Amino acid sequence: MFLLVVGTAVVLTRDLLKAAMLFAIYSLTIAGLFVVLDAGDVALTEAAVGAGISTILILAALTLVPGRERQQKGHSLPALLIVLITGAALVYAVSDLPEFGNPNNPVHQHVGPYYVEQTYPDMGIPNMVAAVLASYRSIDTMGEAIVILTAGIAVYALLSVPPKRRRRRTAENKDESQ
Amino acid sequence: MSALSLFNYWAVIGLMMLGYYCVIVRGNMIKKIIGLGIFQTSVFILFISAGKVLGGSTPILREGVSVYSNPLPHVLILTAIVVGVATTAVGLAIAVRVQEAFGSINDDDLDRLGYDSQDEDAA
Amino acid sequence: MKDNAILVIVARFLIPLVMLFGLYVQFHGEYSPGGGFQAGVLFAAAWILFVLIYGLETGLRVIPLRVIYSFACLGVLLYCSVGLLGVVLGGRFLDYQPLLASPQAAQQAGIILVEFGVGVTVASVVMMVFLQFARRRALSQAAGLELDQEQDRS
Repeated sequence: MFLLVVGTAVVLTRDLLKAAMLFAIYSLTIAGLFVVLDAGDVALTEAAVGAGISTILILAALTLVPGRERQQKGHSLPALLIVLITGAALVYAVSDLPEFGNPNNPVHQHVGPYYVEQTYPDMGIPNMVAAVLASYRSIDTMGEAIVILTAGIAVYALLSVPPKRRRRRTAENKDESQ
Repeated sequence: MSALSLFNYWAVIGLMMLGYYCVIVRGNMIKKIIGLGIFQTSVFILFISAGKVLGGSTPILREGVSVYSNPLPHVLILTAIVVGVATTAVGLAIAVRVQEAFGSINDDDLDRLGYDSQDEDAA
Repeated sequence: MKDNAILVIVARFLIPLVMLFGLYVQFHGEYSPGGGFQAGVLFAAAWILFVLIYGLETGLRVIPLRVIYSFACLGVLLYCSVGLLGVVLGGRFLDYQPLLASPQAAQQAGIILVEFGVGVTVASVVMMVFLQFARRRALSQAAGLELDQEQDRS
């Protein structure tokens, strides 16, 4: 419930600084939710990444960009209708999903118990998530490291080239573009 | 099957629709990126709540615990969180460049200004 | 911001603590929640805190630019070379079995190396992204662009 309130506040505020701070609170609440749902590794990552890095990056981008959002011309009814219809369709689709927490769910049947049982005999380390991440499924983790590197290269390519001198539309003619 | 046992999916759908609304309605690019973040985290909740076993605990082997939650969704979401922050970083860098090139990051302004700036450069 | 006494005192206490915790999380990833990504993000967050308080120049003197750029690539290289080492020694790609004698020790060694590579890459990429954003304002001002707040385009 709290998450929905914070989420609505994030969407509705006009001042982007407030939206960034509320987004940090939202991420931290989600990290707490992950702890309640028994996901220790994921909670640590979400707290560090969502409440830390995402917020810092949004704030850093806000120093380079205007900090207020333009007032919308009016409420857009078609968009609201699309959102409500999609939500209703999803609610209808959800009724076939297995119920929450049942140990007999299909999710827990095939590979899950294999990992739970085989981690200690195969590797001798207690943390099952790290074992799956780095050994059973390590090609996925390699792909993820490459994705992070590519994102870093992309940001470097976008932001380290100094901008060209441009003639501003509303200013008098200063230096011409090269 | 009672509807109450599916409440975690309803919370996920609510958050997902919030993020969706934010992405399609708000014109400011940074607000859209924040909305995308809300959407992403709602999907994470979907996966993690699907992997939980009632009465289980964190998937780290220790004394005195016999039932563990499924570690497989945790691995997926770990990767997804990191990829999500990567896309957020690149999206924010693009927004900064757009702001410098066109002077605004609002949708309506960009529609109007897009063609004008190209003519200016060609002139 | 280095004149603000409260911030400096708290930062001087927190920054080494966070870095140490990042290293702890990195190497205890097998026994407690943690691993490469969390550790990398924590380490980068400590450096970002340092930069926020003492300025970007001082931050770049502590960890130079070249080091950040090269470590970002070296982490992924470490990961892939551990994989190739498995191939060279007779197994499949990213197979940890041929690395050491007993299978359990081999898996543990492989996991530690691989997570270290991931942690180094994540830390340096997050630091690099932050400093690209932080330097953009100086670059634009040098090029003569005004970074005004919203201009009216009516």
